[in-house]
Amino acid sequence: MRHNGSYSASPRIGLLEWTPWIIGIAAFFLLPEYLSLGARILIFILYALSLDLVVGYAGIVTLGHSAFFGLGAYAAGILSARFGVADPALQLLAAMAACALMGLATGAVILRTRGLTLLMLTLAIASILLEVANKATSVTGGADGLSGIVVAPILGLFRFDLFGKTAYWLCLAVLFVGWWITRRLIYSPFGASLVGIRENHVRMVAIGSPVSRRLLTAYTMSAVLAGVAGALLTQTNQFVGLNVLSFESSGELLVMLILGGVGRIYGAFVGPVVYMIAQDMLAKQFPEYWSLGIGLLLVIIVLFARDGILGIIDRLVALVRKEAR
Amino acid sequence: MKRMPKTLRVVAASLATCLAAGLAPSHAQTVKVGFITTYSGPMATLGDSMEKGAKLYMKLNADKLPAGVKVDFITRDDGGPNPDKGKQLAQELIVRDRVQFLAGVVWTPSAIAIAPLVSEAKVPFVVMNAGGSVVTTMSPYIVRSSFTLWQSAYPMGQWAARKYKRAYIAVSDYAPGHDSEAAFERGFTAGGGEIVGKVRMPVGNPDFVPFMQRAKDAKPDIVFSFIPGGPQSTQIMKAFGDLGLAKAGIKFVGTGDIVSDEELPNMGDAPIGVVSAHHYSTAGDRPANKAFLAAWKKEYGAKSIPNFLSVASYDGMDMIYTAIREQAGKVDADRSMAIMREYRNANSPRGPISIDPETRDIVQNEYIRETRKVNGELANIEVDTIPSVKDYWKEFNGKK
Repeated sequence: MRHNGSYSASPRIGLLEWTPWIIGIAAFFLLPEYLSLGARILIFILYALSLDLVVGYAGIVTLGHSAFFGLGAYAAGILSARFGVADPALQLLAAMAACALMGLATGAVILRTRGLTLLMLTLAIASILLEVANKATSVTGGADGLSGIVVAPILGLFRFDLFGKTAYWLCLAVLFVGWWITRRLIYSPFGASLVGIRENHVRMVAIGSPVSRRLLTAYTMSAVLAGVAGALLTQTNQFVGLNVLSFESSGELLVMLILGGVGRIYGAFVGPVVYMIAQDMLAKQFPEYWSLGIGLLLVIIVLFARDGILGIIDRLVALVRKEAR
Repeated sequence: MKRMPKTLRVVAASLATCLAAGLAPSHAQTVKVGFITTYSGPMATLGDSMEKGAKLYMKLNADKLPAGVKVDFITRDDGGPNPDKGKQLAQELIVRDRVQFLAGVVWTPSAIAIAPLVSEAKVPFVVMNAGGSVVTTMSPYIVRSSFTLWQSAYPMGQWAARKYKRAYIAVSDYAPGHDSEAAFERGFTAGGGEIVGKVRMPVGNPDFVPFMQRAKDAKPDIVFSFIPGGPQSTQIMKAFGDLGLAKAGIKFVGTGDIVSDEELPNMGDAPIGVVSAHHYSTAGDRPANKAFLAAWKKEYGAKSIPNFLSVASYDGMDMIYTAIREQAGKVDADRSMAIMREYRNANSPRGPISIDPETRDIVQNEYIRETRKVNGELANIEVDTIPSVKDYWKEFNGKK
């Protein structure tokens, strides 16, 4: 299942790959009371997908991905709360533009470094943005959060309701587009060169691949996707709080991706689903001790399934096939 | 009802049979109360204090519910000052659990984020801590059993201006902090005092030492502070003591949050002589308070100490129980609000309290307290009482 970017893998969308979408649509009709959780899971899948692109495929290790998620969330929120732009499409575009600029500007500088230095720099960027958002109270609302966000009905027809129906469809549609683009990207020669850079940076330079440009492109694309996810969160919640920019948010996302499986598109799908449903159930059962349950889940994953849930499934499938032979 | 699953239908049918046969279960009616507070993270003790207050009330007053009515108390953790998490939990409680009352909420930002939801869903929301003045103005379905920062910080400023000339203000950088800063400044400068400097400190996990050092360097007569209670009150008190501000002749004053009762045993001798304005002290000399304390110690052990969050949750549950009782268990949002608007209780542990029908905010006595050592233990001794204080911010600005 793990795609290494070789040309031998068929780029056609397999039957199995439609399952998430069938589940996504079925969930709307079967679990009407869980739509707001569902919308949040969809947002985090998109966010995890954006992280997978840089961490899993391009091999750029980052702990500051919340910078883009938060920037997107604030860009959409500020546009509405401070400038009165209620159009959801414009809000998404503003988030994309802001994140593209930020991704280009920061990527051009920090992608010159690798390893731990890069890790620290990504962390620094997120921390700076967090502090700016905390201090610029008149624009961002600071620690009180940004309220007063208005999102107009989509196409003038679908109002954002208390039950999260509209939000769910919007998130599902946007995620589909995001997934399609990411998938195309990964199966393209561009995607193959990203994997090449991940596997052997020096050799890619030696064979004349424009490594820094490729990395910058991937980083910016990922920033834009994360920004879209952030903007969706703003539209769903109609509120932005400081923690969208926090280190915990980046860390939690990385945990979700590792849980699902890094460097696989569907790792970004499985991770948030399992993590957020587990969190929801545990928090409901044990409001005081739920973080203990999440901790145990992570310990188990790290001990027994370093390549995530999809990794376990791969191994099981391989085992069954061997038996069959 | 058309989406009702089969098993549910079977249960409903058998229930109906039971009812017809006169075998109705004693808890025929359940009123759901969703309770959001902070159970995890560095501020987890705040949620613990609140839940214990609410649960103590429920245990002691089960007989105050109409016969056959049961209260289902559903708790949720927002993990600290995370307004988006608070909003998300409130939405789930409303949509998924279909609660008839929302309650709790430590943080003003969370209460503000939840406000549009309770307006849309028409769910009465009893704020049991969150003390930013603006909260009750955000939705007609909000009523507050706790306090506002203007209620304590403004009289504190007036009191301080009678004795001191120069004040330095250090508050947490969020709405309640901004409220207490403005309120203290107004009270203090109107009395002829001068503000020599101000600083706003981060809300989550701050290090108070640099801020206290800046306060000391400004050479004021007093430092005024507000921080969101809990473990932070010990931290700021330690910073004040360690940097020797008291030795430099600087007095520490604040809202009661800086000398929160349950934290006093952790503070050493630093708070002796600190003057604060607040609505509740465990040392309050009222029969209702003595009874409350005795019940608390019996339930949670002699070492457990309630605080102002516990009392606000305790009284807030009384407001909800009153609404349930007066509607005989069949609660309607607008009727509940109408009842809670008129709520009064002459015997709260903190003294007489009532709700201002105009603003749905609490009216209560404010006490000027001095922290002293009594029988070897620190206590906030009430030395002066300002009766029936409304929210000054709404009074001054004509807000409802």
